[in-house]
Amino acid sequence: MNLHDALSSGTFAVTSEVGPPKGTDVSEMLASAEILRGRVHALNVTDNQAAVMRLCTLAACIHLKNAGHDAVYQVTCRDRNRLAMQSDLLGAASFGITNVLALTGDHIVVGDHPAAKSVFDYESVQLLETIVDLKGGRDAAGNELHGVPDFTIGAVVTPDAKPFRPQLAKFEKKVRAGATYFQTQAVYDPESFTSFSAYARGLGVKILAGVVVLRSAGMARFMNKNIPGIEVPQALIDQLEASNDPVQTGIEITARFIEQVRSECDGVHVMAVGAEHLVPRILDAAGL
Amino acid sequence: MIVVRRKPIDEILKMVGRHTRVMLVGCNTCAAVSLAGGQKEVDTLIELLSLAASRKGFSVEFSDAILERQCEPEFIEKLDSQGYDAILSLGCGAGVATLAGDNDKPVYPALDTLFIGSAQGFASWQAECSACGSCVLGETCGICPTTRCAKGILNGPCGGVKDGTCELGDRPCAWVEIYDRLESLGRIDDFGKTMPAKDNSISARCCEWDMTKEGDDS
Ligand code: SF4
Ligand code: SF4
Repeated sequence: MNLHDALSSGTFAVTSEVGPPKGTDVSEMLASAEILRGRVHALNVTDNQAAVMRLCTLAACIHLKNAGHDAVYQVTCRDRNRLAMQSDLLGAASFGITNVLALTGDHIVVGDHPAAKSVFDYESVQLLETIVDLKGGRDAAGNELHGVPDFTIGAVVTPDAKPFRPQLAKFEKKVRAGATYFQTQAVYDPESFTSFSAYARGLGVKILAGVVVLRSAGMARFMNKNIPGIEVPQALIDQLEASNDPVQTGIEITARFIEQVRSECDGVHVMAVGAEHLVPRILDAAGL
Repeated sequence: MIVVRRKPIDEILKMVGRHTRVMLVGCNTCAAVSLAGGQKEVDTLIELLSLAASRKGFSVEFSDAILERQCEPEFIEKLDSQGYDAILSLGCGAGVATLAGDNDKPVYPALDTLFIGSAQGFASWQAECSACGSCVLGETCGICPTTRCAKGILNGPCGGVKDGTCELGDRPCAWVEIYDRLESLGRIDDFGKTMPAKDNSISARCCEWDMTKEGDDS
């Protein structure tokens, strides 16, 4: 079953992600995808993630599609203006790649080409509106399209953002702009996540809980300190600290979290962050 | 005001070191207030350049002049650069350009022009405006999202904000500030209004502004 069907049939959706290579050798990316075959409904393909230049997302989506995977085309606004984004979206749809996830994107200066000009002609909300326009048969300038794409439109949200209210107001704008499903930033506190999820689903959108498996207490502390919008509770850090096998403990923590929130959301998005080989173990442990 | 910053001495010397008599021209308006182009800064730069030039074995003579405003032809008419073979401007880019357009000698910039900004206490300025040609400050309570949000976002904070600080770590998140100010003014409903992407054709076509050529639309 692909992502669109999972979301529309109410099946608990499972997605993960792969990063395109720095270079033309896609074998490792396809190998990462292969170990998830049949385990996930779709694979996100990141777009020059963290502003690090890589093989283009659209090409990577086509490789995945040719290998029989359902891909989610992540589109950021950092590197392309509204013409380029629209033509790439039409290009994607022409290859049957119709899951799109709209993001503003990390700033250029945090990446490996800090001197580049950042574009940000659009940001996520405006990009969502334009994707809706394309789906309705017109481009952002109102011109008619010959051949209309049918997108499943996703966006991201950070339920543990500090401060939260401006983030929530932005989330509501994305809902109004036309996003139908959301992937969250990594979440660890079932209570705060489910209260957000209940509110969000009340607005008529699907919520996929973002999970990142913690592999050590150090990693958890690092994320708390450095990654915006991530709040790993101290109790989990203590558990990892006390464990003889922190990776296994991290997998159990993730599996337990998924079980706790499963009935309160529409799916889960497993971010591998450099440990793609662990994703099947997480899914096994969570019974997915 | 236009906020400027002096270039490194080596970079300036690369431009003027091959000349023999160089006139440094300060600007008493923004550049002086920006502590980079007034009389004091002209004097200091002459000392630094003379020292650096003699170290490198160049024999350049530097002298000084100050204009009230370098970006207006009527002010620069007063400049007498007879006997000099180059001008080093301590004005913003507009000052350098105006001097260069009015002069048969090479004119070099001693400063980098940073932004249109406001003073934040002594020797500190904040970028406030990027001259986009279609101002949205009315929607954002006077905080420019095009300038003060690192990504120029028009519709609320990105996911990079951490405890109210921008993901670049060098500034408060403009969108958290806008949210707070809208709230304190009782205008929080305005936050929900989606702002369209900027019409970049306005600034693209804004190479000059000649009021006398435009029709009166008042
Ligand atoms: S919206 Fe445009 S004109 Fe207004 S302050 Fe910002 S950059 Fe300047
Ligand atoms: S953290 Fe705030 S100021 Fe920085 S890029 Fe994001 S929205 Fe803009």
